[in-house]
Amino acid sequence: MALIEVRGLTKIFGPQPQRALALLEQGLSKEEVMAKTGHSVGLYNVSLSIGEGEIFVIMGLSGSGKSTLIRCLNRLVEPTAGEIWLRGQNLLELDERGLRALRQRTMSMVFQRFGLLPHRTVLENVAYGLEVQKVPRREREERALRWLEVVGLKGWEKAYPRQLSGGMQQRVGIARALCTDPEILLMDEPFSALDPLIRREMQDELLALQSRLNKTIVFITHDLDEALRLGNRIAILRDGQVVQVGTPEEILSNPADDYVAEFTRDVNRSRVLTARSAMYKPRAVVVERGGPWAALRVMEEQALSSVFVVDGEQRFVGLVTVEAAVAAAQKGLTDLRELAIREVPTAAPDTYLEDLIPVAAHSKWPIAVLDGAGRLVGVIPRVAVLRALAGRREAVDFPNPRSSAAM
Amino acid sequence: MGEFPQFVRLPLARWVDQGVEWLTREYGPLFDWMGQVLLVPLVQLERLLLWLPWWAVILAVALVAWKVSGWKLAAGTAAGLIFIGTLGLWEHAMKTLTLVIAGTALAVVVAIPTGIAMARSDLLERVIRPVLDLMQTMPSFVYLVPAAMLFPLGKVPAVMATFIYAVPPAIRLTNLGIRQVPADVVEAARAFGSTPGQLLVKVQLPLALPTIMAGINQTVMMALAMVVVASMIGAGGLGTEVLNGIARLEAGRGFVGGLSIVILAIIIDRISQGLIRAHPR
Repeated sequence: MALIEVRGLTKIFGPQPQRALALLEQGLSKEEVMAKTGHSVGLYNVSLSIGEGEIFVIMGLSGSGKSTLIRCLNRLVEPTAGEIWLRGQNLLELDERGLRALRQRTMSMVFQRFGLLPHRTVLENVAYGLEVQKVPRREREERALRWLEVVGLKGWEKAYPRQLSGGMQQRVGIARALCTDPEILLMDEPFSALDPLIRREMQDELLALQSRLNKTIVFITHDLDEALRLGNRIAILRDGQVVQVGTPEEILSNPADDYVAEFTRDVNRSRVLTARSAMYKPRAVVVERGGPWAALRVMEEQALSSVFVVDGEQRFVGLVTVEAAVAAAQKGLTDLRELAIREVPTAAPDTYLEDLIPVAAHSKWPIAVLDGAGRLVGVIPRVAVLRALAGRREAVDFPNPRSSAAM
Repeated sequence: MGEFPQFVRLPLARWVDQGVEWLTREYGPLFDWMGQVLLVPLVQLERLLLWLPWWAVILAVALVAWKVSGWKLAAGTAAGLIFIGTLGLWEHAMKTLTLVIAGTALAVVVAIPTGIAMARSDLLERVIRPVLDLMQTMPSFVYLVPAAMLFPLGKVPAVMATFIYAVPPAIRLTNLGIRQVPADVVEAARAFGSTPGQLLVKVQLPLALPTIMAGINQTVMMALAMVVVASMIGAGGLGTEVLNGIARLEAGRGFVGGLSIVILAIIIDRISQGLIRAHPR
């Protein structure tokens, strides 16, 4: 269910935005509008719906309008046109008082450069949101202390922000945002100023925190790895317009256009893509009671030197090689179960490719993908792991990998 | 031929004369009343400083110096004030101090709201800035004359002239200090729903304080410089000694008066500098 509905949001910077807006609506490009009126278009006709309790990532390069977009949500930047609906209320119709109430209680914000008050202690910083609401000192400091503990900064309450490292300062920023108990958290590149190790740690902590708190989080980043790690859904912004919205896997496996594809090219796919997206429909399969002759026939048809063996309910048994099948046929053995090699690597459809890389490297056999009941649902040739990681374009020569997921 | 043509003369001087005359004629009573209002606290303050035993004043100033800086400044301050006393200029020094305190207080009361308003409005900044330039660069003698004409001679026009001369740095640096508060901090405060008043009191003023204090420090120093000039319109104090020294060609008298002003200046400067540093940041 959508909590926030953004409809046709436009932001034009300049003294007479309405004039520029009229030109845009006549179909002029941003460059033409810039040349004609000197107005720059920050966002144009952005529509999004952000679900309750999800981490919604907005990503784009610098200048794509992502910071403008998140600031329109709490109107730190005043949109030129459009609507932002939250629980039946168009936020753009709020007056000063209503807007302050929204910022005080419903939406709080975490900033890239932390935005801490340098003249106040950590505790006073965390309590600031409550102080503005005129919550009595004692109560607000108690609540602030609790949040400091949650973000792991107990004992630092009397320190000043400058005495803290970047990561710790951002923890203060997060505690400050959570202290007012808002429904929605706006996070504007909160981890971009941190070094990579700390960034990873903070991402993990945010996910852990989110699993407990279930806030609706709008998260801005220019780092696709971060977007894929954190986002339930991702919106990709380019030149102030939404290019694609989707889950991490959708974005990676079906980039909407070249811009998104370009974006996703350098990403570490192994952390996002799962066995499901790399596996093929198993074709070299024989039912165990078919015996070695049936196995040999399948191998011949498929021009393979081994087949997977399943039982009557499609449950995975093992793998039979051509040598073993020929030997068994000559001896007159019929039980494929005895011939089957059991040391075949297996994976679940949700296993990350990251975890399959060492498996693929060390096994002689393809990886069998089994569902919860142990049924064989897919096969991943060892080389396919690496192909999938290399990106979609190279992978298309494989026969339609996604259809096998339906099996 | 080098002379500027006679017929293009702008009678600006006459217009100013007429303006001042008009002000004195039409609004004389108003200025008299303002003068009285200003005079009362001024006289009270001077009386207080002269009524207090010399050692009490020295002790108090040294205590402040010790608080904001340390025992070194406290000792230096006490030594300087005792030196002024031994020169026989204690009473003059207290009169000068009165004018400096009054001029500065008036300047601060006006400067801080003005500076805040300037920081909030670019238009206002554009309007006020040239006025401040005018106040600072115009030779101070120039507005001493109309001040003396509008107000009864003595302390009040001296304080007014001091105020005009000394107020610009405090206004400028209040404006600058608030504008220099990092934009991300201001944005964060707004994002948490601060009212404009809360933003000012809880964020902008505390962060601008060191800069504002630097402005006030300059204002005090300029006020002290102006007090010497103001003695020409009967303000009294150390400046009178310097003036008399020049008028009567008594080099020693002028030197002693001048030296005392320098000592006062150093004391005031170091104490207000100490105040800036003492502020936790």
